[in-house]
Amino acid sequence: MQQLTRFAADYVSYVLKGGTKFYAWMACLAALIIGMMYVFYLQNTDGLIVTGMTSQIHDGLYFANLVFLVGVAAGAVTIVFPAYVYHHEGMHKVTVLGEMLAISAVIMVTMFVFAHMGRPDRLWHMMPIIGIYSLNAMLGWDVLVLMGYLLLNAICGFYYLWTKYTGREVNKKFFMPLVYISIVWALSIHTVTAFLISTMPARPMWFHSMMPIRFITTAFAAGPCLIILAFLIIRNNTKMWVEDSAIKLLTTIITWCLGIALFLTMSEIVVEFYARTEHANGLYYLMFGLHGLTRLVPWFWGALILMVGAFALFLMPSVRNNMKLLPIPCVMAFCGIWIEKGMGLVVPGFIPSPIGEVTEYYPTFVEVLMTLGIWAFGFFILTILLKGAIGILQGEIKYGGAAAAAK
Amino acid sequence: MNANETPPANPAKEPSSECLAPPASADPAAYPAASAPTTSRRSFLKAGGMLSLSSLMGAGALMTQSGEAHAAAEWAEHFQKNYRLMTAEEKDEARKRLERRYSREYEKPVTVDITGPQPGVLMGYALNVRKCIGCRRCVKACVAENNQSRGERPGERIEWIQVLRMERGEFSQDKMDHGYPEGLGIQVGGNAYTPAGQVLEGQYHYAPEAVPEKDATYMPIACMQCEKPPCVKVCPVRTTYREADGPVVIDYNWCIGCRMCMGACPYWARRINLTTPVLPKAEMNPVTHYLGNRPRMRGVVEKCHWCLQRTRQGRYPACVEVCPVGARKFGNLLDPNSEVSLILARKNVFRLKAELNTFPKFFYFYD
Repeated sequence: MQQLTRFAADYVSYVLKGGTKFYAWMACLAALIIGMMYVFYLQNTDGLIVTGMTSQIHDGLYFANLVFLVGVAAGAVTIVFPAYVYHHEGMHKVTVLGEMLAISAVIMVTMFVFAHMGRPDRLWHMMPIIGIYSLNAMLGWDVLVLMGYLLLNAICGFYYLWTKYTGREVNKKFFMPLVYISIVWALSIHTVTAFLISTMPARPMWFHSMMPIRFITTAFAAGPCLIILAFLIIRNNTKMWVEDSAIKLLTTIITWCLGIALFLTMSEIVVEFYARTEHANGLYYLMFGLHGLTRLVPWFWGALILMVGAFALFLMPSVRNNMKLLPIPCVMAFCGIWIEKGMGLVVPGFIPSPIGEVTEYYPTFVEVLMTLGIWAFGFFILTILLKGAIGILQGEIKYGGAAAAAK
Repeated sequence: MNANETPPANPAKEPSSECLAPPASADPAAYPAASAPTTSRRSFLKAGGMLSLSSLMGAGALMTQSGEAHAAAEWAEHFQKNYRLMTAEEKDEARKRLERRYSREYEKPVTVDITGPQPGVLMGYALNVRKCIGCRRCVKACVAENNQSRGERPGERIEWIQVLRMERGEFSQDKMDHGYPEGLGIQVGGNAYTPAGQVLEGQYHYAPEAVPEKDATYMPIACMQCEKPPCVKVCPVRTTYREADGPVVIDYNWCIGCRMCMGACPYWARRINLTTPVLPKAEMNPVTHYLGNRPRMRGVVEKCHWCLQRTRQGRYPACVEVCPVGARKFGNLLDPNSEVSLILARKNVFRLKAELNTFPKFFYFYD
């Protein structure tokens, strides 16, 4: 028990200390977080009318980010899986960083849920016992798997850090089953999120069985992109060294997941447009516009160019093996997928509406600020978690205080 | 459309000519007077009231407008159970609490009915698409009856019934060069329909000088009260459910505003209250039902419930009563002699999007 309180105290005092760069970064994030709190207040006094959502297009930027970030959370498995199933040396050293990323992503997802709800004050209605918990509803399953994933990652991640901190051995009987469960669980969170929208015949654009695998491939491309970026920043700014072999394995995963994702996009376009039924109207709106409404068209083509370009760059050994150039395709793929799977997937599902109404969606400043604020909050948490994890992995925080760490 | 058109005024004159069906009990005399006083002074005061209310909203969370009783009622409402799980006493308590609060807020005696489904009743609806003239009186009567929000901003204007205006397509010699489909596809010559059923938002709010228009047909839709409602299945808190006598209802106090039901509905029957509904005191209909037309709050979903406050008391829904051509029929599907049952037995009937297996209890027919 005393060890535990010392762990908490050491952890907190370590992550709070930092250089000017650290404080400046955190202050910028904090400014955005304050902005987010203000618009959240607005949303819960004026109502969702301050957003661009309507009764026609009632899921917007928040839902798009929610879907995307569930993918990022699931993407952490691209580290855990090679580390524990293939015993990849380089990956094994950084597994815990992936778990920290998953934790921050799930926290962001939860915050987007709060932003999305019309009555966040009533979310307790969803809790078992005090409320009503419906497993008929896909959303009920989504909450279950997301909370489970958060818990699994928090337990695995912090247990591992705890053993490093105290210098004990990892209890494999307890630890390994949890790791294997978390690997399968990572797939489940994104599968269920795909089911959330693909089980609605009312929305033909989403109503196909390709959705889960498409979600997973894009997730396993976008997640590792963010992880590589984080690894490169860590390598250059901290004492921790992430091995090239780990990064190279991640680029391989990204390349082929991105390739499959593009292939699936191509399949969808051919299938929908060959027959060109009214069910293809959503996709048509996205790609070419409908009834003169073309707001998402440049975004779609932009995303496609980014993804194809990133795929081509990842295929070039001179780019993917060059740690200076590698961030370029990573950023491209990340942004491309964010557009394609976020706004590019969620919004056209509502256009046209089930009765044929064609309207457009314009996110308002409130929504943009809220989104930025939640991302900032996520990065705030991620920075703290990564800093603490790196401190422990490097042995800078150790049981026995500063004296033990100095040795 | 124009706010000063006072929708319920028309039906009061007309049912004798066209709507032969409504019995004497279906009489709108109880409240149409509410729409009469439309003095500019009142609307000015109203506008001022709204303005000060919205500016107070921010600071006013702690300064409860009408004292502690109000706060206590809000508190109790916030922590009450799902309506279906309430005991009879709890339901009655909730009813009294709401009646007190609404009566104070709207400055007139408001009743909140909690009558449950009656045995031997399964409500059904039938609409004669050939008769509909697209006058949209049903839309306005519905808004007046069911206390929908009627503000100025787009998100504040809620209508449960949509009358779709479909353009008639035509084949003609001069269109031979402009094939259909437009843009993509094989040019087959001739020009039939502009993609039917797919129109811009503005076309739902068509304002012709006279209806019916020569080049249009009309297709009114609202909640289909499905027997297998997809909206009910996706609700994570089971706040929306099918009542034993047919209608799919919402416990507004339990809804979390996640809008999954809106995504699942193939008929676009559901609306979200993006902000606190704009419901002027004078226009508020004080005859309400707990699961029906009682005033809603910000952030919850609402929809047609076949006027539970009327139909559970043996009256017709407002849209049936107001229809000047008698296109709308309502009745008990379990009674073989009801109008709806007779229509099902004798007419050509169809359901919208029947392929989705939602089994609507809203039927379309033509003579």
